[in-house]
Amino acid sequence: MKYIDEYRDGRLAKDIARQIAALADPARSYHFMEFCGGHTHAISRYGLEDLLPANVRMIHGPGCPVCVLPIGRIDAAIALAMRPEITLCTYGDLMRVPGSNGSSLLKAKAAGADIRMVYSTLDALRIAEAELEREAVFFAIGFETTTPPTALALKAAIAKGLGNFSIFCNHVLTPAAIQNILESPDVRKLGTIKIDGFVGPAHVSTVIGTEPYEFFAGEFQKPVVVAGFEPLDVIQAILMLVRQVNDGRHEVENQYIRAVTALGNEKAQAEVANFFELRESFEWRGLGEVPYGALRLRPQYVAYDAETRFSMVTPAAKDNPACECGAILRGVKKPADCKLFGTVCTPDTPMGSCMVSSEGACAAHWTYGRFREKARQVDVGRAVA
Amino acid sequence: MNMMIKAYRRKLDVANGRVDLSHGAGGRAMGQLIEGIFHKAFDNDWLRAGNDQSAFSVPGGRMVMTTDGYVVSPLFFPGGNIGSLAVHGTINDIAMAGAVPLYLSASFIIEEGFPFADLERIAQSMGAASRGAGVPIITGDTKVVERGKADGVFISTAGVGIVPDGLDLRSDAARPGDAVIISGSIGDHGVAVMSKRENLEFDTDIVSDSAALHGLVADMVAAGGAHIRLMRDPTRGGIAATLNEIASQSRIGFRIDEDKIPLKPEVAAACEFLGLDPLNVANEGKLVAVVVAEGADAVLAAMRAHPLGSEAALVGHVVADDNCLVQMTTSFGSGRIVDWLSGEQLPRIC
Repeated sequence: MKYIDEYRDGRLAKDIARQIAALADPARSYHFMEFCGGHTHAISRYGLEDLLPANVRMIHGPGCPVCVLPIGRIDAAIALAMRPEITLCTYGDLMRVPGSNGSSLLKAKAAGADIRMVYSTLDALRIAEAELEREAVFFAIGFETTTPPTALALKAAIAKGLGNFSIFCNHVLTPAAIQNILESPDVRKLGTIKIDGFVGPAHVSTVIGTEPYEFFAGEFQKPVVVAGFEPLDVIQAILMLVRQVNDGRHEVENQYIRAVTALGNEKAQAEVANFFELRESFEWRGLGEVPYGALRLRPQYVAYDAETRFSMVTPAAKDNPACECGAILRGVKKPADCKLFGTVCTPDTPMGSCMVSSEGACAAHWTYGRFREKARQVDVGRAVA
Repeated sequence: MNMMIKAYRRKLDVANGRVDLSHGAGGRAMGQLIEGIFHKAFDNDWLRAGNDQSAFSVPGGRMVMTTDGYVVSPLFFPGGNIGSLAVHGTINDIAMAGAVPLYLSASFIIEEGFPFADLERIAQSMGAASRGAGVPIITGDTKVVERGKADGVFISTAGVGIVPDGLDLRSDAARPGDAVIISGSIGDHGVAVMSKRENLEFDTDIVSDSAALHGLVADMVAAGGAHIRLMRDPTRGGIAATLNEIASQSRIGFRIDEDKIPLKPEVAAACEFLGLDPLNVANEGKLVAVVVAEGADAVLAAMRAHPLGSEAALVGHVVADDNCLVQMTTSFGSGRIVDWLSGEQLPRIC
């Protein structure tokens, strides 16, 4: 596959891993957080952790839009979908996300709700156009990457005069969440967070550019490397972060030069700004309330805002208190440190946000890497013996 | 008698007509449908006898029997349709026991309003598949349900076969050291079907690998029957589900090598685009064999000599593992688990 295989060359990866091992100072440790679930997926699927020296550790951040959606928002979507006049259009991976009391969109569909899986915002528009007697609601989620298509769908709906199309907006913002990881009140409760740098999501930066991270890198003195989602992208970003840490630098570097610029896609940003504004606060599953961490429709588009149009209520719903997702997402604990991991909480029966989608920290570790825990236990056993 | 009945029966308007509830009511219209579409397509002596069952002869030996239901959507896809799939799938379930398939049955649940022309296409391809495989469809059933109570056509099949003497393949028979062989490239069927699914249509040259594997199995058994521990066709859930199933039934683990698994670049690209793992994607004309190490070369050579096994590859080995994990050495030389799929495989948002 041209433009794919080049970024999956095992020999090159091993060469970069050797460079990381040579540069990593044995007297210190390096903790890097990959914010995005896409990176977590790549690291787990390609077993990149096997290639890194023991003192370079990756912390799997909260960057999966499916994982961070709080239970209350799923409950609200299910309640909306159960109304007889509503057709709820949703991306497929939201279907299995658990709401309260074991509910999910998949179960609501089986119970008679009109829920349609769509592959793009335009599919949702097509449903609205084809069934004018019904109310089509698009369940919009995702980071900066998926917000422009939602804005364009809204623009098209307005242009077509579609009065039966609206949006349940759950779009969230990356820089605000990274900031929250480092400075929210929870941090003091959870203990010291050891993060020496961040791997930034490239798809987000294709829209917002690298510039939004400049303030962040300066303010928190943490290096950021914006990286692509192929395994070679990720391992190269790790090498760049090790170099920055060794040099005492905290800069924003761009590994994904093939698509990301400093300013990003200004046209897409303008479309988003036309239709959306910041929410003062929004709950992220696993992180709690994140100030300015999400978007809502501007007041002039309230007719297209499903929350207002259908008087939607987001019920308060809490994760299992034994769930350690908050600590795992901040790098204080590892998935296997959680009592629920692999016992009651598995990808088939997810309890916490990190286990919800395949890109969550716990789901990725369970699906691709849980044998490492076993190997570690055996090693410890041998050492003790 | 038959001549007289035919004189009173109007010919089906296959080009323009549709199934209505009378075609499932047991009367003249139903007879007309069965004769005009199914008997014509499956034509053989057993069906021509016109009984509600068929008497048949079997050679001596242990019999296998299987049954399966087909509810694929869309009904037509590149490389096949629900009809040919039903024939191939049922033959393969029999063949995975190392058995020679002998006879099939086919039962249709048809939605009111379904076009005769589509039903005929499905039946004709079933007939062609069963004749091509030398395994006749000798009995069947037809029901029609109201519009909205089925998705076009559902097909249920049953099949019987005979296991050659001395052969006893069992799902709990894999042992550490055994070789794991895949008969060819994975994921072709799943990608071909997905490429035609509503809302997801994309251009690809990939066609379903749907095929009857009993000929390939016969050659494998002839070359190394004593060395074959077990065989399985990795349909829904793909290679990942099949290997995990065998691992838990045999209480062993697998270590496979990503670089050795045959995968077409077009399938890999489609999986990339949809966010799917090809190891979880369905196949309909492939098999996985666990073979005693010393017999692996002979079995592999026999497979490669057969058109349906020309890309066969030894992809890994059985290992001792109390946790029954399927582990894979990635193309990076690192390790990872190949797990069961959790729920349905759904495309990722980003």
